[in-house]
Amino acid sequence: MADKILKKIYVKVWRQNNPSDKGRFETYEVENISQGSSFLEMIDILNDQLIREGKDPIAFDHDCREGICGMCSMYINGHAHGPDSEITTCQLHMRKFEDGETITVEPWRAGAFPVIKDLIVDRVAFDKIQQAGGYVSVNTGGVPDGNTIPIAQVDAEEAMDAAACIGCGACVATCKNSSAMLFVAAKVSQFAKLPQGKVEAKRRAKAMVAKMDELGFGGCTNTGACELACPKNISISHIARLNREYLKAKFSD
Amino acid sequence: MSSFMKASIGRKFFMSLTGLFLIVFLFVHLTLNLFLTFDDSGVLFNEAAHFMATNPIIKIMEPVLALGFVIHIIWSGWITLENMKARPKGYQAGDNLLKWYAPAKNMFILGGMVLIFLIIHLFNFYVKMRFTGDPLLNQPGPGLEDGVHNSYALVANLFIHYPVYDIIYIIGGILVGLHISHGFWSAFQTIGLNNSNWMKRLKFLAHLVAFIIGAGFAYIPLYFLIKF
Ligand code: HEM
Ligand code: FES
Repeated sequence: MADKILKKIYVKVWRQNNPSDKGRFETYEVENISQGSSFLEMIDILNDQLIREGKDPIAFDHDCREGICGMCSMYINGHAHGPDSEITTCQLHMRKFEDGETITVEPWRAGAFPVIKDLIVDRVAFDKIQQAGGYVSVNTGGVPDGNTIPIAQVDAEEAMDAAACIGCGACVATCKNSSAMLFVAAKVSQFAKLPQGKVEAKRRAKAMVAKMDELGFGGCTNTGACELACPKNISISHIARLNREYLKAKFSD
Repeated sequence: MSSFMKASIGRKFFMSLTGLFLIVFLFVHLTLNLFLTFDDSGVLFNEAAHFMATNPIIKIMEPVLALGFVIHIIWSGWITLENMKARPKGYQAGDNLLKWYAPAKNMFILGGMVLIFLIIHLFNFYVKMRFTGDPLLNQPGPGLEDGVHNSYALVANLFIHYPVYDIIYIIGGILVGLHISHGFWSAFQTIGLNNSNWMKRLKFLAHLVAFIIGAGFAYIPLYFLIKF
């Protein structure tokens, strides 16, 4: 069965030339969009149209377009990654929209994620948090075989669930406090459950939380909006673990 | 330690400890207040109020309780301000994942309204009992020894003769219940005492605790409103 065609939709999108530009919304008309196309394909068609009209195309982040890299980042109709659950923007389809609808597209909003241009925000803050402690130090010498370290299956699963985080920033974009707690919790959790990660657990939790605070993310008020927005369905139970890891580390100082 | 006080998780740690302490206080407070509805002669409540006013442990706990409130309130303002600063520019389309009335999103507003209620409440009873006095407190009553206040008369008079206050107290109960329906499990999450199994249990308990406290406090003015 052929996909339905949306005869005309209105895309109201945030345009901002550079970080210091004040920015504004522009509304564009887009015609004949198949409901089978992805949201980013629709933006591609719109950009093609803008280029033909001699206008500046809409700048947006994307890379893999298969939901694994975490680059795509659009706040669509009041939802990070659009009105579908457990997907990234690149996996969102036009069948989620109606003919004649006005779709509002905004960049992630957070002081720690400044807009670079249009819908592209600077998420280097996440890299800085990772660099503060989101790793296992490797010293010189031979690498031991992973299978020589026994790990309970439940712990491996829990660590893997946390490691599913692709660092897209939807949690920050959705949280009313622009808090990065779900991201940091996932990164701390994926190591905290594994023997290799336990060695540096204290330093890691303290350093990553300190960096997160320093970069201007808000604090967690446990609203749970982040886990609803997360394309990888990462649970806020990891935030409880982060709190535990952090408090344990602080109180043993 | 000062870095802990300023850290986002450190600040929340104080919120959760003071919040849980306030919940414990509310349970004690509710238990005593329910005596108002068990005995219309007022003997039971007056005895309980007298015990509370003279008991040394309660005397020690009074300033601790005041401190708990002060820390909870000052920290709440500080945290809320910092969190608002983290998003200098909001969304035009709003944020639609949680309902606008979800208690989790409105802790500061709910807390602020509880604070307004608290001030009214202190002026209604505490200030009169402890400082300014009131003719009703000296009204003779059954079983009252010399020098013991007739606290029952003060409370019953307000609830029987001023239905506006009944409404205010019922709303106060509901507001604190809503605050706790999120606050209770949130506090355990903040101190790290939660995981995916306990998430459901704690959220259930939060609603139960919130219902007992909210409905319990609302029941007292409702009792006077309907019965007298
Ligand atoms: C008897 C009264 C009160 C009780 C039992 C109570 C209890 C609690 C509890 C248990 C929490 C959860 C802490 C956490 O998430 O870790 C909380 C949070 C909060 N309370 Fe209260 N509270 C009371 C009064 C107030 C007042 C008067 C205010 C403010 C004016 C207030 C403002 C807040 C705010 C803003 C939060 C959220 C903080 C955050 O999530 O970061 N509360 N409260
Ligand atoms: S473009 Fe890679 S996740 Fe969307």
